[in-house]
Amino acid sequence: MKVLLRNPKREVDVPGPLRVSALLERLAVNRESVLVIKGDTLVTGDAVLADADTVEVRPVISGGA
Amino acid sequence: MKCRRCRQPAAIEIRRHNAAFCPPCFEHHCIEQVRKAIDEFDMVGAGDRVLVAVSGGKDSLALWDMLVSLGYDADGLYLGLGIGDYSSDSAVYTRAFAEGRGLKLIEVDIPTEFGFDIPGAALVTKRVPCSACGLSKRHLFNQAALEGGYDVVATGHNLDDEAAVLFGNVLRWQTDYLGRQLPVLPAAHGFPRKVKPLVRLGERETAAWCVLRGIDYQVEECPNAVGNKHLGYKEALNAIEDASPGSKHAFYFEFLSKASKHFTPQAEAEQEGLRPCTGCGAPTTDQELCAFCKLVARVARATQAEAATKAGKAGTG
Repeated sequence: MKVLLRNPKREVDVPGPLRVSALLERLAVNRESVLVIKGDTLVTGDAVLADADTVEVRPVISGGA
Repeated sequence: MKCRRCRQPAAIEIRRHNAAFCPPCFEHHCIEQVRKAIDEFDMVGAGDRVLVAVSGGKDSLALWDMLVSLGYDADGLYLGLGIGDYSSDSAVYTRAFAEGRGLKLIEVDIPTEFGFDIPGAALVTKRVPCSACGLSKRHLFNQAALEGGYDVVATGHNLDDEAAVLFGNVLRWQTDYLGRQLPVLPAAHGFPRKVKPLVRLGERETAAWCVLRGIDYQVEECPNAVGNKHLGYKEALNAIEDASPGSKHAFYFEFLSKASKHFTPQAEAEQEGLRPCTGCGAPTTDQELCAFCKLVARVARATQAEAATKAGKAGTG
């Protein structure tokens, strides 16, 4: 599957099928700090992503206070 | 995973609530959390005019959207900070949001109106850009609210922001800041009331709100914030939250209920020493100019000195 990442913006290929939670573990991303977006909606940690899917792992942490 | 309310397929899991929600029930959850925060802390009264500080980011646009959804009379205030493409992009997102919903947006461009930008101010003051940025925002939010006759300034500070600021203040026992870290600062001494209606929502939730509501927001981080202490505190707290969901909520809300009262007398005493700034009339603890007017004057002096140096070099060259 294609995985879009930010900061810096890049794209990586990860073989599917794979659960969202496993994808985040593989990317070493804390699940509390991102959303996983497929199309125009969100997917939960137990959703299975297919090899043909494209998903965005979007960070949600912002630095201003 | 099923939605806790309706048992339809869930779109987002919120581990600190031990719950997952489908998109419609997630919107209900967010609105209820904001309504609860407003009611619990008496943030907005009937008929109050609210000025929402908007940046084009997820929190402020979600806040504005939620307040309007709840029926509040809420206009937006956008500050142009002069941070290159980041600022010009943030203005585009903010204007598109306001125009798309027919909402009133007030804009103040700091470089145009005050002759400096945030990176330039940081160079002159030899401090981090976030210092001049925060100082300018606080001053101009107050000023715009008072000039526009607004009762309340609402900012998009969320649970993660408040927990991270609390973490930093506790690490250094900054008791003056701890006394002011409240979801509501009442109107007093020439300041409008300031409220943080998102304190019961984490930033995953405000980002999810935007995605599910189709709100296009600025995802890119401010270039000046990259690597700052605040982000480090958030990462540390998220590592704790991952292992123990609910920790951030408990840390912040238990502080409010059990500890903040021990620090408020010091903050209140500081408020008593306020006097009008001789430059702009805003309340200040300083003898003459407020911190913002000092910043404007300091940058103007540096700009004049630089121009004189350049003119001198041109004359001798």
